[in-house]
Amino acid sequence: MTTPPTHPPGHAAEAPRLGAVRALWRLREYAGPALPAFAMSMGAALIAQLFALAIPQVMQQIVDGPLAQRDATAVWPLAILVFVLGAIESILYALRRWLVVGPGTKVEARMRDALYAKLQDLPVSFHDRWPSGQLLSRAVSDLSLIRRWLSFGLVLTGANLVIIVVGVGILMSMNWLLGLIFLVCSLPLWWAGYRFEGEYSEKSRLSQDQQGDLATAVEESVHGIRVLKAFGRGKHALSTFRAQAESLRRTEIEKARLDANIWVWIMVVPAIALGACLVVGIWLAANGQLTVGELVAFFATATVLAWPIESIGFMLAFALDARTATDRFFDIMDSENTILDPDAPRTLERPRGELAFEGVHFRYQDAPSRFPDLLDDVELVVRPGETMALVGLTGSGKTTITALTTRLYDVTGGAVTLDGVDVRAFTREELRRHIAMAFEDATLFSASVRENVLLGRPELAGDDPAVQAEAQRVLEEALRIAQAGFAYELPEGLETKVGEEGMSLSGGQRQRLALARAVAAKPAVLVLDDPLSALDVTTEAKVEEELRSVLADTTALIVAHRPSTVMMADRVALLEAGRITAVGTHSELLRESEHYRFVISSLEEEERAGSDPADSIREEPETDREEVAR
Amino acid sequence: MSVTGVQGEEREHYTRAESRQIRRRSMRLLGSLLHPLRPTLWLTVIAVMLSSAAQVAGPAIIAYGIDTGIPALIGQNWWPAALSGAAYVVTGLVGAFLIAVYIRLSARISQAVLIDLRTRVFLHTQKLSLEFHESYTSGRIISRQTSDLDAIRELMDEGLTLLVRGLMYMVFTAVMLIILDWPSGVVLLIALVPLGILTRWFQVRSQQLFRRSRVASARLIVQFVETMTGIRAVQAFRKERRNEREFGALVEDYRDVNAKVLGLFAVFNPGLALIGNTAVAATIVLGGFRVVDGSLQVGVLLAAVLYTKRFFDPMEDLAMFYNGYQSAASALEKISGVLEEEPSVPDPERPVDLWNASGRVRFDGVEFAYTKDRVVLPRFDLDIPAGQTIALVGSTGAGKSTLAKLIARFYDPSDGAVTLDDLDLRTLHPKDLRRAIVMVTQEAYLFSGSVADNIALGKPDASFDEVVAAAKAVGAHEFIEGLPNGYDTDVNKRGGRVSAGQRQLISFARAFLANPAVLILDEATSSLDIPSERLVQEGLTKLLADRTAIIIAHRLSTVAIADRVLVMEHGRIVEDGSPAELIGGDGRFAALHAAWRDSLV
Repeated sequence: MTTPPTHPPGHAAEAPRLGAVRALWRLREYAGPALPAFAMSMGAALIAQLFALAIPQVMQQIVDGPLAQRDATAVWPLAILVFVLGAIESILYALRRWLVVGPGTKVEARMRDALYAKLQDLPVSFHDRWPSGQLLSRAVSDLSLIRRWLSFGLVLTGANLVIIVVGVGILMSMNWLLGLIFLVCSLPLWWAGYRFEGEYSEKSRLSQDQQGDLATAVEESVHGIRVLKAFGRGKHALSTFRAQAESLRRTEIEKARLDANIWVWIMVVPAIALGACLVVGIWLAANGQLTVGELVAFFATATVLAWPIESIGFMLAFALDARTATDRFFDIMDSENTILDPDAPRTLERPRGELAFEGVHFRYQDAPSRFPDLLDDVELVVRPGETMALVGLTGSGKTTITALTTRLYDVTGGAVTLDGVDVRAFTREELRRHIAMAFEDATLFSASVRENVLLGRPELAGDDPAVQAEAQRVLEEALRIAQAGFAYELPEGLETKVGEEGMSLSGGQRQRLALARAVAAKPAVLVLDDPLSALDVTTEAKVEEELRSVLADTTALIVAHRPSTVMMADRVALLEAGRITAVGTHSELLRESEHYRFVISSLEEEERAGSDPADSIREEPETDREEVAR
Repeated sequence: MSVTGVQGEEREHYTRAESRQIRRRSMRLLGSLLHPLRPTLWLTVIAVMLSSAAQVAGPAIIAYGIDTGIPALIGQNWWPAALSGAAYVVTGLVGAFLIAVYIRLSARISQAVLIDLRTRVFLHTQKLSLEFHESYTSGRIISRQTSDLDAIRELMDEGLTLLVRGLMYMVFTAVMLIILDWPSGVVLLIALVPLGILTRWFQVRSQQLFRRSRVASARLIVQFVETMTGIRAVQAFRKERRNEREFGALVEDYRDVNAKVLGLFAVFNPGLALIGNTAVAATIVLGGFRVVDGSLQVGVLLAAVLYTKRFFDPMEDLAMFYNGYQSAASALEKISGVLEEEPSVPDPERPVDLWNASGRVRFDGVEFAYTKDRVVLPRFDLDIPAGQTIALVGSTGAGKSTLAKLIARFYDPSDGAVTLDDLDLRTLHPKDLRRAIVMVTQEAYLFSGSVADNIALGKPDASFDEVVAAAKAVGAHEFIEGLPNGYDTDVNKRGGRVSAGQRQLISFARAFLANPAVLILDEATSSLDIPSERLVQEGLTKLLADRTAIIIAHRLSTVAIADRVLVMEHGRIVEDGSPAELIGGDGRFAALHAAWRDSLV
């Protein structure tokens, strides 16, 4: 059981990339308002460093002036000057940081909000392709990297470049030979720093992938603990885990090797440069071509310049990382949303609730081309107020049909209509107000039971006592219908937090809350995807009993596996090989459709009907295979 | 309240004794992780000390060059100048080499610690009982193994090398300065006072802010992940606008605390610079006077200035890693809590082998309770002869699953014993136990990998033909053949599109392949459509012919293949008999069965 590293879509076949500067320039859309602050911060950084560079000059004055002339009183004003320069440098340093705190974090927040809004707007098919971990790393670490680059990387790159030019100029002006030695010896550092970051970030990405794999192994070992325990396969899981942890370790040690190498460079290169400068400087001073003060100033200046010079390679690589993060951000922002609101949306004041499928075709984007359309010319009309059960084999596309009604997916041919209007002619907001769904895998959010159930009724969230009373009534009714009375018994009753971060509920409990949520939405059309699968027989019967009253005046499309669910329906539609092959009442279909009998009737019933179940078992899979191969 | 194990983990405050207990526990853990690495640790310490010494030599050499080299060279003596240049380069080389050694050794240590810790937590987690997993929740146990371990990893990877190096560097710089010129050393020591105050201020403020920042980012991540994994429900119920408001508030909260953290650094780092610059000015004044009166040489003054300035450099790094240190410490505390949990279903110390189990299961005076006042199964006896097929019937919460889990030894009874072939389950070798008894649950969890991999989990050395045979036996072969890559199709959560029913079929095949003497099916057919269920039942009659089986199902159709039905209510077995007897009687089962038959028509 190996996990292939998850390559996000869009990375394998990369579009031609923009130049780094142009790619980063795209950030102006979000960073625009903060640019003046960044510029000012850069100015502060620059001036601060100039002050830092001035201190060695004053030291030179001290050494060559008062110290050489043995004039103790003249030390004072110059020392005070050193203090003042140092104080101003510190204040400017603070200013450099202060200036970008607000603007920088605001850029990050703005981008994060925009990304989230975009992701929520993108259709389900997008989310099918992108694992949530990939999206998360964009929303968290990439955006924080971009913020750091804007407020430090960009600012310091500008300031440091200027400082290096000025500083080396000062060194040159003191003595061209020393300056030249220093400059030439520093060049390899830039190259080493840049190359290091390239290799290092490659290893970092590998390490991140491996950490992701390891996390997957951990998650599976915890979620699948029952299976592992039941089959005594803990050792097996451990060996997979160990192997992955081991390859992560190797990557990390490789990273440390790179890290060790770059530190050798960072220390050896200046040591050689300054060692050479020391010998040459002593020689120059002995010859009288350089004062002792100048030599002191030279080393003090070199100390000030050490960090800006070391940083250039890293800064360059930092910019490239920021650019990658920017690309990853825009990967999503540029994704085309295929499920959009129309320009001139239609509205329905009071929908009658007629739901129709007209020659509907659908296939998943990633379905192999040898496979036929999953839905292949579906024709079905659910009349206003009618309850229609949808029956078919596992994998026949029932869930997909339900998802088409609210445009979680769009049809790839034909149309779904509500009251004769193509669902694509409504805004999604309006469409989803008219049609409410309950899914088989009931998703609850980290919020109270109350908030989860009233999710579809945002208008009931107010503080007005009348609204609150109505909310309470709707809530209680929905819980009663869905037989979710257990919610009152939870530690904090209806205010108990459920979902990922809250109480863990059983599958049946979650399903009932999800059903209550759909019912509470009071939609014109209810779409329920096998909403009772996890309930026991007694509870199921009670829910069905209650649901009948709701369904009396609501259009409903219910995916059903069990005869008991089918019994709630006025009519039944049979989905077979991508088409609706029969529509009628339960007893009509039982009478007329062989496939229906095969799909819905239990062993006992067939025994009672006197037919031999073994016949259909032998025959049906044959036809199934033909359909698939067709 | 106790803080043993994972108890009290969520609490905000601890008493002094409790925090001492927790700290000791995590220090013990750290000690046991580092213990086997002592030789490497010593080498590392030696490397970092020597390299710091070499690094710190630089300014002293410059001082020597200026003060001795220049006069000597004027007298045509090249030696001191050449010596100082060479010494500068050599100390640089030695320092660089030792730093490289240090980085690589410390990486080796931290990686060894991490892999040891990861393995320990993983193994321990697997050993802990289901009961623990159910109450502690999967989310928490996963964060212990992912985000908490990441916090420790981050500190070890990046923080620790810089931390130790930085501290060493500061110590050696101070020592060198005092040796070279003690009055300048005094200036530095005086500068330590404001430095200490500033650091303390930073520490107190940042401690709260860092904690808030971690909480804020965790909330942000939860909201984000929940939205993306539940995107269908979000869109279907038009939660987008509300989510944007909620998320926007979390983003703003996170931004706010981040801005405050950055603001803190914007005071702390310049503050350090200010203290450093002031100390430099003071050193110049103090040294200047002494140079004037001839008691100090210029080169030494320069060295003193350089030392004083460099002394403060590592402080910024140290501040940066204070955050990492804090989260790693709290992560270690939580992990040590999990490791302290005793497995309530321990492996036997002297296991008994059982090669070919016949499958006779007995409950002798068994009672099961979570706590004394929460008895789930009151004392009872039950004898299941080898080869019998039992149907367990009753409403939700009647104790059916608990009974089944006792047989699978997911739980141990609070009193009495469950035996297989008259051997207490607690004494059986885990390997034999798992080979003899297999339980299939409703969740039908699939691991990432191919369909074939998942079936083969039941018998890791199975051939492909055996896998296919198992799939055919439970009626899963047809749909697997229809998947894009057949048996090689990846069942990964998203791409594979395997429905709940199909997952159950795969896990059935897995159990079939395992071929146990006792098979327990807990709601294992709930999501199957009727034709599949029919096929499974067909297969089951063959599958269960020569083995013991315990079947729990809401759908009473399963009862037809049972030899014996047990009806449970409030933890007690209230009816026990053959299906025919019970249906014919006038007990609960007869009523239940009648209601169920009605629901079919």
